[in-house]
Amino acid sequence: MRTGRRSAHRRARVSPLRLPVIWLAHHLQVALGSLGHLLRNPLATGMTVAVIAVALALPAGLYALIRNLDLLSESWNQTATISLFLTMDTDLEQARALAAELEAHRQLDQVTLISPDQALSELGSYSGFGEAITQLEENPLPVVLTLQPTPDLWTPAALERLAEEAETRPQVDFARLDTQWVRRFQAILNLAQRGVMLLGGALALAVLLVVGNTIRLEIENRRNEIEIMELVGATPAFIRRPFLYTGGWYGLFGGLGAWVLVALALVLIQGPVSRLAALYHTQFPLTGLGPTASLTILGGSLCLGLLGSWLSVGRHLGAAQPH
Amino acid sequence: MIRFEHVTKRYPQRGNALRNLSFELAAGEMAFLTGHSGAGKSTLLRLIGLIERPSRGQVVVNGRNLGRLPARKIPLHRREVGMIFQDHRLLPDRTVFDNVALPLVAASYGHKELQRRVRAALDQVNLLGKERTLPITLSSGEQQRVGIARAVVARPPLVLADEPTGNLDPELSREIMGLFERLHRVGVTLLIASHDQALISDLPYRTLTLAGGALIKDTGTR
Ligand SMILES: Nc1ncnc2c1ncn2[C@@H]1O[C@H](COP(=O)(O)OP(=O)(O)OP(=O)(O)O)[C@@H](O)[C@H]1O
Ligand SMILES: [Mg+2]
Repeated sequence: MRTGRRSAHRRARVSPLRLPVIWLAHHLQVALGSLGHLLRNPLATGMTVAVIAVALALPAGLYALIRNLDLLSESWNQTATISLFLTMDTDLEQARALAAELEAHRQLDQVTLISPDQALSELGSYSGFGEAITQLEENPLPVVLTLQPTPDLWTPAALERLAEEAETRPQVDFARLDTQWVRRFQAILNLAQRGVMLLGGALALAVLLVVGNTIRLEIENRRNEIEIMELVGATPAFIRRPFLYTGGWYGLFGGLGAWVLVALALVLIQGPVSRLAALYHTQFPLTGLGPTASLTILGGSLCLGLLGSWLSVGRHLGAAQPH
Repeated sequence: MIRFEHVTKRYPQRGNALRNLSFELAAGEMAFLTGHSGAGKSTLLRLIGLIERPSRGQVVVNGRNLGRLPARKIPLHRREVGMIFQDHRLLPDRTVFDNVALPLVAASYGHKELQRRVRAALDQVNLLGKERTLPITLSSGEQQRVGIARAVVARPPLVLADEPTGNLDPELSREIMGLFERLHRVGVTLLIASHDQALISDLPYRTLTLAGGALIKDTGTR
């Protein structure tokens, strides 16, 4: 009893101000200890990390791809034009006046006038019906004005409004917007985005299972140690802690691996994409994951690792309660 | 220090390992627990260490009623009870130092205090200088001394030993008993299970004898 009181006294003498420091030092020690344990088994650790990295790289890579396609379709919107087909009784003179008037519109960069003769000869040379077309007595084509909106007006809705506004003029028969297909493309992208989210969810579950199972094996391997720690008075939280940190490390390294894989894939794809873009006389630098997406991958992966080990630890530890 | 009141421990399908057992052990007392194999010695020690709970009756240790102790307080209870096992229960992949340090690590001792206490405990069992060795390279007697150092390193007021001399020759057994007597002299309460009659009868300590889970003989404090 005497020794007991003495030791109790000694323990109580730790200043309360130092407790957070001790706590932090302990956590740091456990975190580094878990890391060291993982690094001492590089093959097993590498396998688990690789599985997590590949599982996460798949949705992350698809996300990056969709993001780039999205940016691409936005740039297509910027080059969208509105074609105004004028009524048949509008002559060239009136059309020029309208063009001049529209040119002053602040949402329009450029207005191009295509006369019926121009259009007809173009049609002739493009379609191969040149001979037939010259046989026509009267030109059946109306005057067409091509409107080039300013680049800041790139949302489909704004373009549509502009087209509707132009259509209200008496000289205009109808307006046609060349963005229909861009919108369809964007709708498909939206769908693909959903698909990637679902895939991401499924693969996140897979990561949970991988981490959970790895931690379960680790717990089995260290049963003896866990039991002894319990016998000498370690709290359940203390026993859980290294496993939670191990899960956290798996998540973090898996996330880093996924990030590197996606970055590598983008670098590898950039060459062919640049060559393709050059064929269309444009440039298309691929956009990387960006800070937000990168942090989401790392943070999400870390959380998955922690959650996976937490679930596993909850299931496979704490069985040593006295009956 | 320890009080058993009509304690029965029943294992499903195995019947009663302990039957209606009552006894008291005062603080600072040293006692042996003996009886044939299967008499319930280990079960009794497990109840004190709260590895098992009684089926009926009360086990009171250090003023705590163990049957009612909430699960979250079990670790604190175990820190005040040093346990020694026949099979040592050492971690084969940790050095002697790390094995002995386990109870201090579990109780979040600071680095300096931990170093000091582990050294003191190893000195007590005459193993200073073996800190960096792995348990498998030690003899059985040395391993048992490592187990004892681990049990006393946090200076618990109560030490339980289950067949601590089971694998040892008479000379080593007496050496281990000498260690226990030293602990007894500084005020530690000790309960030692053993069926080594020759060893026990040589020593002037109280002996509790179990048979079939019941207390059949108690020499009383000598
Ligand atoms: N975990 C258990 N589950 C079921 N029965 C058990 C358990 N532990 C012990 N028993 C039974 O309880 C009885 C007492 O066992 P205990 O281990 O306490 O005896 P002991 O006196 O320590 O014997 P030994 O000298 O062989 O170590 C035995 O009949 C044993 O079979
Ligand atoms: Mg036994």
